[in-house]
Amino acid sequence: MIDRRLFTNFDWMLFGLILLLAAIGVANIYSASASYRIATVPFYLKQLSWLAGGLIIMVLACSIDYHVLEDLAYWSYGGVLLLLLLVMAVGKTSMGATRWLNLGFISIQPSEPMKIVIIMIFARFFSRYPVLGGLGFRQIGIPLAIVGIPAILIMKQPDLGTAIIVLLVAFSIIIFIGVQWRVVVGGVLSVVPLIYGGWHYYLRDYQKNRILNFLNPERDPLGSGYHLIQSKIAVGSGGILGKGYLHGTQTQLRFLPEQHTDFAFSVFAEEWGLAGCMVLLFLYLMLVLWGLQIAGRCNDRFGRLLALGVTAMLFWHIVINIGMVIGLFPVVGVPLPFLSYGGTSLVTSMTGVAILLNVSMRRFMF
Amino acid sequence: MNQQRYVRDTREKGRRVIWGAIFAGVIFFILITRLWYLQILQGDTLRVQSESNRLRFVPVAASRGTILDRNGKVLVSNTPSFSVAVIPQEVKEKDALFASLARYLGLDPAGLQERWEKGKGRAKYYPIIVAAGISRDQVEFLQENQLWMPGVDIEMKPVRQYPNGTLAAHLLGYLGEINEQELEANHFRSYNPGDYVGKSGLERSWEEMLHGTDGGRQIEVDARGRYLRTLSETKPAVGNSLVLTIDLVLQQAAEKAFGDQAGAAVVVDVNTGEILAFASSPSFDPALFTGRMPPDTWKAYLEDKRHPLENKALKGQYPPGSTFKIITALAGLESGLIDEHTTVNCTGAYEVGTDVFKCWDKKGHGRVDLKRAIRESCDVYFYQLGERLGVDRIAEMARRFGLGAPMGIGLENEKGGLIPTMAWKQEKFKKKWYRGETMPVSIGQGYTLLTPIQLATMTAAVANEGTVYRPYLVKRVIDPDGKVIKETKPEVLYRPQVRPNSFRLVKEGLLAVVNEPRGTGGAARLYEVKVAGKTGTSQVVKQRGPNREVAYKYRDHALFVAFAPYDKPEVAISVVIEHGEHGGAAAAPVAGAILRAYFEQKGVIKRPVPQTVDETEEEAPTGADRGEGTQQ
Repeated sequence: MIDRRLFTNFDWMLFGLILLLAAIGVANIYSASASYRIATVPFYLKQLSWLAGGLIIMVLACSIDYHVLEDLAYWSYGGVLLLLLLVMAVGKTSMGATRWLNLGFISIQPSEPMKIVIIMIFARFFSRYPVLGGLGFRQIGIPLAIVGIPAILIMKQPDLGTAIIVLLVAFSIIIFIGVQWRVVVGGVLSVVPLIYGGWHYYLRDYQKNRILNFLNPERDPLGSGYHLIQSKIAVGSGGILGKGYLHGTQTQLRFLPEQHTDFAFSVFAEEWGLAGCMVLLFLYLMLVLWGLQIAGRCNDRFGRLLALGVTAMLFWHIVINIGMVIGLFPVVGVPLPFLSYGGTSLVTSMTGVAILLNVSMRRFMF
Repeated sequence: MNQQRYVRDTREKGRRVIWGAIFAGVIFFILITRLWYLQILQGDTLRVQSESNRLRFVPVAASRGTILDRNGKVLVSNTPSFSVAVIPQEVKEKDALFASLARYLGLDPAGLQERWEKGKGRAKYYPIIVAAGISRDQVEFLQENQLWMPGVDIEMKPVRQYPNGTLAAHLLGYLGEINEQELEANHFRSYNPGDYVGKSGLERSWEEMLHGTDGGRQIEVDARGRYLRTLSETKPAVGNSLVLTIDLVLQQAAEKAFGDQAGAAVVVDVNTGEILAFASSPSFDPALFTGRMPPDTWKAYLEDKRHPLENKALKGQYPPGSTFKIITALAGLESGLIDEHTTVNCTGAYEVGTDVFKCWDKKGHGRVDLKRAIRESCDVYFYQLGERLGVDRIAEMARRFGLGAPMGIGLENEKGGLIPTMAWKQEKFKKKWYRGETMPVSIGQGYTLLTPIQLATMTAAVANEGTVYRPYLVKRVIDPDGKVIKETKPEVLYRPQVRPNSFRLVKEGLLAVVNEPRGTGGAARLYEVKVAGKTGTSQVVKQRGPNREVAYKYRDHALFVAFAPYDKPEVAISVVIEHGEHGGAAAAPVAGAILRAYFEQKGVIKRPVPQTVDETEEEAPTGADRGEGTQQ
C-alpha cells in the first residue's frame, strides 16, 4: 500500500529540527514552572505527553496523501465556520472571552483549526483558478470574503491574536500568488478607515489599552503594561550569556505573568542570554527557510500553496510572539510554536509540520 | 492551462519563494537587533532593575462561611489568629533566625524547622508559616523587632471558632491541614499547602460551599524588605454560610440528656424531613483539631471506651430490637395475617422444632392482641407473626420505608444498616435461610441493623402515615451578601403504601406504650403533650449472665423511638444508648427530655419557674420518678 519512496523521501531534517525545538520547549517549560506549586501533573510532563501524542498523529498523517486535504477543504471550512458560529451562540466563557465549545468530555477552540483550514481552502482555491499577472480587484473579492468571515468571528470572541494570524496567513498566500499594483494601493488606502473604524467600534477596551501601553508602557506599569515591563527586564537582564538554566531571577521569582505560555521566550532569553536567543532564532529561521524550500521544490500547485501557507503560519507565530515579548509589537496573546506551554498550540503547530512533511515526502510523485 | 504558462508560473513561484526567504531573514534580523539592544546595550540597566525589583506576595486568607442553626444562631464562626511567616528569599541565616524566634517567642525550634521544610517548594517570595496561633504578646514583640529579623512577617488568618464548645461536634466536623492526597485531587486544585480544609462532618461534605477564595497582594519591597508599593491586589472572597435545619436549643437538650452515656439521638420534623437535632455522645472539642491537640487529650479520646470521636448518629448501626416490631406489625396487618382482634397466647416462650425463643417476660403475657403486644412488647406475639410472614415479607415492608440503605442526608460515610432476606443470606454466606432465623428478625435482632437516622425517619413516616421524607441537615446556603444561593426542599423518598387503618392500629399501640399502665415507654411521657413511642433493647452478644455482671462492652443497647404530638405529629425521634441495657429505662427518659425541650421551645409546655437560682438544675422527669414500669 505505502509507496517505498515515502520512507526514502522522509524529511529527516525537518523532523529533527522539530524534535530539537520541542525539546528546548519542554526544558524551558520545566524551568518556567519550576517555582510553581505543583498540585497536579507538572506542566512539562503534560507538554511531553501532548508532544508524544502529536508525534504519533504526525507520523500517521504522513501516510495519507495530502491531496485528501484538497477534497476536504470546503467541508472543513464549512464545518469550522459552523463551530465558530456555535461558539458565539453557546460557547464557554472563560476570563472574559468566549472561545471554547464544551463537548462534555473535552473543550475545543475552533479558532485554532481555522488557521489550518484557511491554508487548505486558499491552496485549493488558487490551485484551481490560477491567476496570471496578479490578482485584480475582481479576483480578490472571494478570497477576502473567505478569510474575512472567520476573522471577524474570531475577533468577536475576542481573540485578536488568532484573528491576526489567520489574516496574515491569508495575506501571505495572496502576496505569493501576486496582486496587481492598484489592488495594493487600494488596500493601503482602505486600511486607514479600517483602522479608524476598528479602533472606535471594534476593539475592546483592554485591547486598546494593550496597544496604548505598548506605545507607552509606563502608562500603566501595574496593569496591562506590567507584562511588557517585566518581560523586557527579564529579556534584557539576560545579557550576553544569560543567568543560566533555572537561574533566571525574574522567572524563578514568578514576576513574569503567563511565563510558561505566551512569555516562554522571556524565560528563555533571561536564562540563555543573547547567545541562546541567536541559536533559537537560527533554528526558527531554519524551519521557515526549510518550509519555503519545500514549497519551492513542490511541483504541484496545491502542495506548494499548502507548504507556503503552513510556513507563513509558523513564521507569523514566531515573529509576533517574540516581537511582543521584546516590545516590538503589542501583546496580543500569540503562542510561540513548540516553546509555549499548551496542547492546542502544540497540536496546531504539529499539524502544520505534518503537512510540510507530507508535501516534502511526495514532491517526486508528480 | 497550457504547458508554457505552467512553466512560467512555476518559475515565478520559485522566485517568489526566494523573496519570501529574504523577507523572513530581514524580519529575523530585526528581532536579533532588538534583542541586541535589550540584552547588550540596555543589559546592565535592566539587570540592575531585575535585582532591585523585588516583589513579594502577601496572601490574604479568606474566611470560611459560618454555620448557623435554623434560627440564625451561630454554631461555627471565625476568629482572627496570628501566625509567624518567613519569606525564604529574604532570610540570610535561617538557623540563627529560627534560634532567635525560638528564644524570644518561646517556640519549639524543631516545630519551626518542620513547618519550614513542609512549606518549601513554592516561589521564594511566598511566605511560609512556621508557627500558627501565636499570642497577642508574641505579635507585639515581633512587630517591635521586625527590623532586625529580616524576612519575618506576621500573618493574620481567620480560624474556626466554636461558641458552643463541643456542641454538635460530630455533625459540624472539624478542619485540618490539607494533606498531600487532597492536594492532588482535582477539586482541591486552587488550594495551597498549609490551607485548612474540612476533614469530617458538614465541614467536609460542604467544603466547596464553605471555603472562600483566598486573595493576595503583590507588593514591591526594597532590598531590605521594606514595603514600597502595592502592585496588584485580589480581595479574598468569604465562603458561603450554611443555615442548618438543626435547632441549637434542641441539640443542647439532646446532648445534655445523654449525660455521660454513649449513644446517638436524631430528631426529625415529621412533615419535612428536616433534622432538628443530631447528637452523638460523648462529643469532642473540634477546636483542638485546628490548633495543636495535646497528646494526652488525643490519647484520652482514643482510649475512651465510649468512642467520643465516632459519629454514632451517622455511622452507628444497631440491631433495632423491639422498635422494629413496628415494621413487623405493619407487614402483618398489610398481608392480612392479623387484624386488631387476632390474639396469641404468650407463655413466656415459643418453641419451633428444637429451638426455644423466649419472651423477655419469662412469666408470659397470656393472651395478647396487637395493641397489647406492642404496648408490652410481647416477643412471642411477634415470633409467631414473623414465622407466618417469613423473612422476605418483613424485609419488603422495611424496604418500603427505605430501611437498609443510606438515606442520603448529605454527609459522607452514612451507613445503610442491613435488612436480611433469604437471597441476601444465600449470596453472603452461600447458605439457605433457616426458619428459626426469622424469629429474631421479627423482633429486630439477628442480622438486622438500622442507623439512628433510619429509626427516626421510619418513625416519622409512621407518624405522618405514609410519607418517607429524605432527612436533611442543610436548609439554605447563603452567600456573603445574604443572598440565598441554594435552598433544600423537602424530598419524598418513598410512599410505603400502607393502609390508613394499619397505621392507626400500630399508632394506637405506640400511644399505649408511653401512656398506659404496663406500657414499656412510660419514662418518655409528657403530661402536656401526647407522646407515642416504642422501646427496644438489643443484644450485643447472644447470652450472658445478668447485665450488672457483664463488662460494659457486652451490655445490651437501649433504644427508643417516638413521635409527638400524637394527634398532629410534628417531631419524630430516635435514641440509642449504647450498652444502656433497657430501652424503657435508659433511652425513653432521654427521648422524653428532648421532646420536653422541643415543646418548651414552642411554648406548649411552660417551663416551671425555677425554685433554685440555677435554672440548669431542672431535670426532666424520668420514668423512675413516676414509678412506671421501666422494664421493656
